[in-house]
Amino acid sequence: MEYGLDKRSNALKIFNTTFIIVWLLVACFPFIWTFWGSFKVRADFFSRADWWYAITAFNTLLETGGKFTTDAYSQAWTEGEFWKASRNTVIVTFFVVTISLFLGTLGAYALSRSTRNYAFWILIAALIFRAMPHITLVSGYLFPFFQLQIWGILPTTIVVLVAINQPFTLWLLYSFFKTVPKELDESALIDGCSYFQAFRHIIMPVMWPGVITAGLFSLMLAYNDFTVTALLLNQENHTMVPKIQSYLGTNQHEGNLMWAVSAVVSATAPLFMLVMFFQRQVISGLTAGAVKG
Amino acid sequence: MGIKSPLITLMPNKTFFWFFLPTGLAMILFIGLPIISTGIQSFYAQHDQVVKEVKKCDPFGCTVSIVVDQEKTSKIREEKPLGKFNGFGTYVDRNHLAIEEIGKFWNETNSFGEFVDQVTNLPFYKALIFTLTYCLFVTPNVLLLGFIIALSLNAVTRRIRGPLIFGTILPMIVTPLVGSLVLFWMIDAEGIIGANLQMLMDDPYLSLKSSKTLTWITIIIYGIWHHSPFAFVVFYAALQTVPQEPVEAAIIDGASRWQRVRHIVLPHIYPVVTFVALISLMDNFRVFEPIIGFSAEGSAQSLSWLIYDNLVNEEVILFGSAAATSMMTIIGIAILLAPVLIRTWKEFRTAR
Repeated sequence: MEYGLDKRSNALKIFNTTFIIVWLLVACFPFIWTFWGSFKVRADFFSRADWWYAITAFNTLLETGGKFTTDAYSQAWTEGEFWKASRNTVIVTFFVVTISLFLGTLGAYALSRSTRNYAFWILIAALIFRAMPHITLVSGYLFPFFQLQIWGILPTTIVVLVAINQPFTLWLLYSFFKTVPKELDESALIDGCSYFQAFRHIIMPVMWPGVITAGLFSLMLAYNDFTVTALLLNQENHTMVPKIQSYLGTNQHEGNLMWAVSAVVSATAPLFMLVMFFQRQVISGLTAGAVKG
Repeated sequence: MGIKSPLITLMPNKTFFWFFLPTGLAMILFIGLPIISTGIQSFYAQHDQVVKEVKKCDPFGCTVSIVVDQEKTSKIREEKPLGKFNGFGTYVDRNHLAIEEIGKFWNETNSFGEFVDQVTNLPFYKALIFTLTYCLFVTPNVLLLGFIIALSLNAVTRRIRGPLIFGTILPMIVTPLVGSLVLFWMIDAEGIIGANLQMLMDDPYLSLKSSKTLTWITIIIYGIWHHSPFAFVVFYAALQTVPQEPVEAAIIDGASRWQRVRHIVLPHIYPVVTFVALISLMDNFRVFEPIIGFSAEGSAQSLSWLIYDNLVNEEVILFGSAAATSMMTIIGIAILLAPVLIRTWKEFRTAR
């Protein structure tokens, strides 16, 4: 902490700097390494002979004639149909975020403006729902979905992800709406507005910071989900994460492991960009419920 | 009607209902009902195959063989897709609580150690022990590492903190499957860390898959790597709210750095510690994607992984078995959450 009075010893400074460097290396190096390796051939990145090949690109040079190759990417995106998976991810993510925010803002606004007991119990119920492992919910869905013949298609998955996402979104937006002064909408109510009009004209214009944070988290949930998408979607409709897993499963094909590597990089890069832009919102969202204690 | 009620802050029930209806409906339909559906399914088991006797005669005599009657089997499956009623049968069978087997082990084994050995080899108990071990090791270490990172990043010049925070939270924002794959590709015998470890240890057969202990340690380290950034972010934000005066007073009084952390900073962020512990306990209890990422099915299975395995079963999806494990997992979550819920309820009652 930067206190004017606080004189830190040099030893402590050196220790602190070393610790941060080591930690950042641990946190980031795996991603840098995977990114680097995704431009090599399999014999280099997963070298039986010598891991140093991954640096010198010995086999990549032999097989492709260059030190870097984008073969893994082009094959995974075309032959591996990763384009289809990423299209599905875009569809799922877009709808999950939009619907989640629509339902979540309405519900959280009501919760934040009601002082009755049931509002408290609903929040507690949401906390319990938040704790449910997703796989236990999926084991509840599968059978009825098979019977209703709505298994395997994108809309079902979207609705399920929206529902799974609601408890967290509600809590986040609830604590956000609590910080919006009540006097704001109350004055509108006194002027004769209905609650919905007050929400539409007074709250909506000021709620965007909270909504952006909630939206980012819905986006990360939908984008990153494996449990629901792997089990509720058929092969054709798989999103990126289950697709990556399917590349691992079929190991007969030499290229497949490298497809997985390039797919991991392709799937992770947009997410990192997004977080880089919205870092402040991500952090404020994670701490929203917590810092108040 | 110029004057409205003075209790305007009390949103009318009807208004609340309409505002809350969409999200409430989504949660009831897709979180509440599935739990009930899981409960019902757990009392059913898949049909046995219908068998018939086929008499086959050749010049040397007749033999009777038993074959599966495909037609009748599929018919009965179509008529009662849920399966046959099994009561608590699935809960106590060998793949779940294994009551009978445990009784048998108790009578047959000579020492307690041997008994424990036998029991922990049963699939459900094996998974339970892995899940609990994972929670037990990951949660405290996440709190500790997250706190240390927060303290030390907080001491860095404000100007370069942004990029450092970005680097720190990377492990958290990737999905566990991707995060574990990225590590696995390095640790694997053909990866950069694995190969170097083999060289260092001078053991060309050293590999992750060869040892159960190594696999467990790797998955636990992965868990700490993945979850610490979350603890960091929350602690870091909490550190910004630590009041300055007591700290300055303590410095003047000659308190050491450690004493300041122990007596001023820690008490201030204590409520946040409980919050982080609770959230990471809930998340750790559902561990399963890293098991797939590290291809560690052989030596590490968690409760969630057991359910997944039943649901992706090749021949028949074992709905009943998956549902029974799910119900027991939910009970486990309830036990974990109970202290928090009881405390909240007490606070709520005294607040009224």
